[in-house]
Amino acid sequence: MMKQSNKKFLNKEILIQSCKGAIIKMNPKSMIKNPVMFVVEIGFIISLLLSIFPTIFETNGQEMRTYNSIVCVVLLATLLFANFAEAIAEGRGKAQAQSLKKTQKNTKARLVSAEGSETIVDSSDLRKGDVVIVSLGELIPNDGEVIEGVATVDESAITGESAPVVRESGGDFCSVTGGTTVVSDSLKIRITSDPGNSFLDKMISLVEGASRKKTPNEIALNTLLVSLTIIFLIVIITLYPIAAYSGISISISTLIALTVCLIPTTIGGLLSAIGIAGMDRVTRFNVIAMSGKAVEVCGDVDTMILDKTGTITFGNRLAADFLTVNNITKNELIKNAMITSIYDETPEGKSTLELGKQLGYEVPEVQVKESFEFSAHTRMSGLDLEDGTKIRKGASEAISQYILSIGGTIPSDLQSKVNEVASLGGTPLTVCCNDTILGVIYLKDTVKPGMKERFERLRAIGIKTIMCTGDNPLTAATIASEAGVDDFVAECTPEDKIDVIKKEQDKGKIVAMTGDGTNDAPALAQANVGLAMNSGTAAAKEAANMVDLDSDPTKILEVVEIGKQMLITRGSLTTFSLSNDIAKYFAIIPAMFMVEIPQLKILNIMQLETPNSAILSALIFNAIIIPCLIPLAMKGVTYKPMSSDKLLRKNLLVYGLGGVFTPFVGIKIIDLLVYPLLNILGS
Amino acid sequence: MFQIIVTLIIYMALVIPMGIYLYHVATYKKTFADSILNGIDNFIYKVGGVDPKQAMNWKKYLAAVLITNGIMVLLGYIVLRIQSIDFLNPNGIENMEVDLSFNTIISFMTNTNLQHYAGESSLSFLSQMIVITFMMFVSAASGYAVCIAFVRGLVGKTKDNMGNFYSDLIRIITRILLPLSIIVGLMLVWQGVPQNLSATITATTIEGTYQDIASGPVAALESIKHIGTNGGGFFGANSATPFENPTIWSNLIELFSMMLLPGACVIMFGKMASETKNKIKKKESDLCEKRFNFFGKEGKTIFIAMSVLFLIGLAICFFAEMAGNPLLAEAGLSQSMGSMEGKEVRLGVSQSALFTTSTTSFTTGSVNNMHDTLTPFGGFVAMLHMMLNLVFGGKGVGLMNMIIYVLLTVFICGLMIGRTPEYLGKKVEGKEMKLVALCIIIHPLLILGFSALALVSTAGLEGISNGGFHGLSQVLYEFSSSAANNGSGFEGLTDNSVFWNITTGLTMFFARYAAIAMQLAIAGSLMKKQRVNESTGTLKTSSMTFTISLILVIYIFAALTFLPVLCLGPVAEHLVLWN
Repeated sequence: MMKQSNKKFLNKEILIQSCKGAIIKMNPKSMIKNPVMFVVEIGFIISLLLSIFPTIFETNGQEMRTYNSIVCVVLLATLLFANFAEAIAEGRGKAQAQSLKKTQKNTKARLVSAEGSETIVDSSDLRKGDVVIVSLGELIPNDGEVIEGVATVDESAITGESAPVVRESGGDFCSVTGGTTVVSDSLKIRITSDPGNSFLDKMISLVEGASRKKTPNEIALNTLLVSLTIIFLIVIITLYPIAAYSGISISISTLIALTVCLIPTTIGGLLSAIGIAGMDRVTRFNVIAMSGKAVEVCGDVDTMILDKTGTITFGNRLAADFLTVNNITKNELIKNAMITSIYDETPEGKSTLELGKQLGYEVPEVQVKESFEFSAHTRMSGLDLEDGTKIRKGASEAISQYILSIGGTIPSDLQSKVNEVASLGGTPLTVCCNDTILGVIYLKDTVKPGMKERFERLRAIGIKTIMCTGDNPLTAATIASEAGVDDFVAECTPEDKIDVIKKEQDKGKIVAMTGDGTNDAPALAQANVGLAMNSGTAAAKEAANMVDLDSDPTKILEVVEIGKQMLITRGSLTTFSLSNDIAKYFAIIPAMFMVEIPQLKILNIMQLETPNSAILSALIFNAIIIPCLIPLAMKGVTYKPMSSDKLLRKNLLVYGLGGVFTPFVGIKIIDLLVYPLLNILGS
Repeated sequence: MFQIIVTLIIYMALVIPMGIYLYHVATYKKTFADSILNGIDNFIYKVGGVDPKQAMNWKKYLAAVLITNGIMVLLGYIVLRIQSIDFLNPNGIENMEVDLSFNTIISFMTNTNLQHYAGESSLSFLSQMIVITFMMFVSAASGYAVCIAFVRGLVGKTKDNMGNFYSDLIRIITRILLPLSIIVGLMLVWQGVPQNLSATITATTIEGTYQDIASGPVAALESIKHIGTNGGGFFGANSATPFENPTIWSNLIELFSMMLLPGACVIMFGKMASETKNKIKKKESDLCEKRFNFFGKEGKTIFIAMSVLFLIGLAICFFAEMAGNPLLAEAGLSQSMGSMEGKEVRLGVSQSALFTTSTTSFTTGSVNNMHDTLTPFGGFVAMLHMMLNLVFGGKGVGLMNMIIYVLLTVFICGLMIGRTPEYLGKKVEGKEMKLVALCIIIHPLLILGFSALALVSTAGLEGISNGGFHGLSQVLYEFSSSAANNGSGFEGLTDNSVFWNITTGLTMFFARYAAIAMQLAIAGSLMKKQRVNESTGTLKTSSMTFTISLILVIYIFAALTFLPVLCLGPVAEHLVLWN
């Protein structure tokens, strides 16, 4: 759901809301949080006074009224643009939160008391530790842990993923999220969070930006911007008497205009929008970051600890070979294996068909009477044909039991074939037809396509990858070299994982890892960036600082890039904002001094028409550049992995040098438009 | 031109061995004179009751600096106030007035050496020796000690040991300042600089009039004046007088003396930084690199940046002076030798421009020509380099100021490559940025704030001897010189008044100690941090890209801060003069 909606940068609703927000944010109480823009607001108020009472500070201010009013209007626009940027970013978050809230309806829940009796209560009355029963079609009232039963749950409300997932007691798939729906069987759930504290609640407040705290780098950058503002205030306040000594009187409006042009309003106005948009981008990726800090730290990651299964490989799932037992022919095994897979939508089934086709077999034409899907209970799937043939494939023990139960026999060499597959690091899938076991499908771990390229990208930006796997060293080494990771740890226990993380951290490295099981929780907590799978246990999610709703462990790679992108966007816009000041000086300094010192005309390299139009053009450019950069702030600066020096050079050229030249062009163009207008207004 | 190039080449040959020696002194490595000097040091430690091995964190180190300097200020002040006593006072000099004493003592303790008096008529020999010359040693040594501590903090071998201030102070004096001063002093005496305790001689000139010829312990003061980048002259006219700077040779000796240690500091820093790095990457430290790596990678960045700034300034100053003065040319005076107004004929434009740029870059403050008579752009360079206060700079302070700008550049560039900014393996975060910001704010605040004050108050305006743009330049120069702890005067300003003594005194005081306190705090905060890993994704502060960014950041910040006033001062003066 989140995936589908709001893909567009703006829609009408957000636009209207943002415009309202821009005005509401003019309240000085909220402006003071952004000191750079607060200075602009003070300037606006003074220039407003000067427009209404032009002689309040200056005796000869009467003819300045028009000029003062224009300055006042441009400052107002600057403020509104900056507020608008922040409001848009917030608005997009709010829209997401709205859709999440819809799933958070107050439902009835069936509370099970200690004696076993059921009572119907409001879900908002449920407390931590309560036990409820949720059956087919009912909404799970709050976050919890399955303590009894197996069922499929539709989590699309949270994840946007339409395929239901299996939840069962014990193990790594026992956690359920409030707001999701049970679509088969029923579950007994122990509630693990109080109302208002659920995962969904946290998510809503995060995307709404309500609980947004400034990240460390944002604070540091803010300090820099404030100090720049102070420096410019010193420059301008002292300029007044210094210029007066030289016989130049500068009007208050001009001083205000100069101040606003020089202080870093561009980045100051966009800074919080960049932060919110960064979080928003992560959310759009269906990853919930517990804080902005977590996303930012991602940019600093040096080492990534990745599970082999599920992250680097598909898991033991793709058919790689057919092994026959007894004296069954390979032909027969393959034919039957393919028949069982005709309606099998799982990767195992699909890959069995694929492998069969590769070996030159056609998909057999059969009349199917009934098909059985794989379930957690039976642990096998298969078909009954019209002619009465029953073909099954599944876990070795399950098939063996099934064969014994219908009176068949187990071939003597089945166990050895099964062991053979297991020793290679693969998973055996036994195939049977009626009461005969035909053989084993060797399901092999396959490296996900594109992983090698991704690891290369990571290497290019200096991130080392370490693969952790429970496999034996031999299998691990094969997969590691196939995937192109830098290092691997074989026969890895959860404790080993923590050791690996600690060892890397001692070298001063920032470590990221993904995990899902309860036993991953300590490692997730130890790592600087821990990405837990939504399918994982509550403990793992609690320990992590990010949760991936799609439960796709490779997402960590994207999140790292988003983290970097967020910092780059901030840095680039700061550089741009600062570089802009050079051109503004060349517009304003000659404009202020040219009348008294005509020789300074030589500095007017843009050949701006009059002092007033020069100053106003610089000021207007300063205002307009903010909305022009809103899309960049929202989407982030494009980021391609490359060495730090190359990246720096590129960004310096684009935003540094670009920042120097753009305003020269921009101010000149605005001046060409403003000058005739000023003439008409007689100013 | 040729002279300048040769001078700079010889400088490079001198500064590298000096830097390596300084590095050995700073890190307690073996030096050739240890056998004798250790004995002397230990004797001093024993007399002073100092335990040289006692570790100090940044707060303790700062406290030691402040207390030591504070006591010296007090003692020096008393001497200036009672100098009329008949001891080493052959010329019967009177006691110094309160406000001038205040200004003078702060000026010398902060290594500024701004002189609102003329030495020959205002100071007894006792004051010249035990206040002025003494302070020239200890203020310079204090500066270098702080710089060494700062670098120790940055490279962060330990979590909070910045070294021992007393030990650093003594070692710098015994191993660097004293030996160098003796050598340079003797060389100056060889060139004709007087060193005696005689009273002023009154001579009868050929025209039959009388002339007072002052002399005294000049050579001793002259050597440390440059080695310690102090700059306060024995005579009012400083190194322009023949008794302080008689020949082209003495001029070169003085130039090299003032340029030597600030450059050496950068080399010391580079070597200390690469030492820590090599310790971490033991495998990569091959002997070959060690032997030929004079600067250390990080030091090289800073040395190159400083050199580029220096050379750009020098070129502007030189060509501006060579262009001469169009008004004088119109009046029929040949300007083919450049603008010779206020310059010594024995030195000429090349040596004067080089001296002017050096003395303001290395914040020495001695002058061999009158800066008031520099062409507008020549004066512009002198002013700009004091406003930057990081083109080598004096007594280690230049390096520290430069590193403040390095941190700023690291911060901006670090964000642009998408990582939390880090320098020398330490993360630069909010706390450091706050201190960096304060460091950057204080300099323009002092210069612009007090200049504005001077221009609105009658007491301030009374000091200005020229009207118009040049008058503004005089004021700006005076406060830039004070804030950069440079001490050179634009002269022309009537500055021995209560207003000017107090305002410049305060400027010097805050510029020196507030900056030192914040810089030590930055180093102290960085050294506590865990070292972060270096990878291809880390910002390379030794790359050319970074060096260029650093230079641009410095120029842009300076332009944004000082361009408006510079436009009203030297720039306007230049444009009006030439158009």
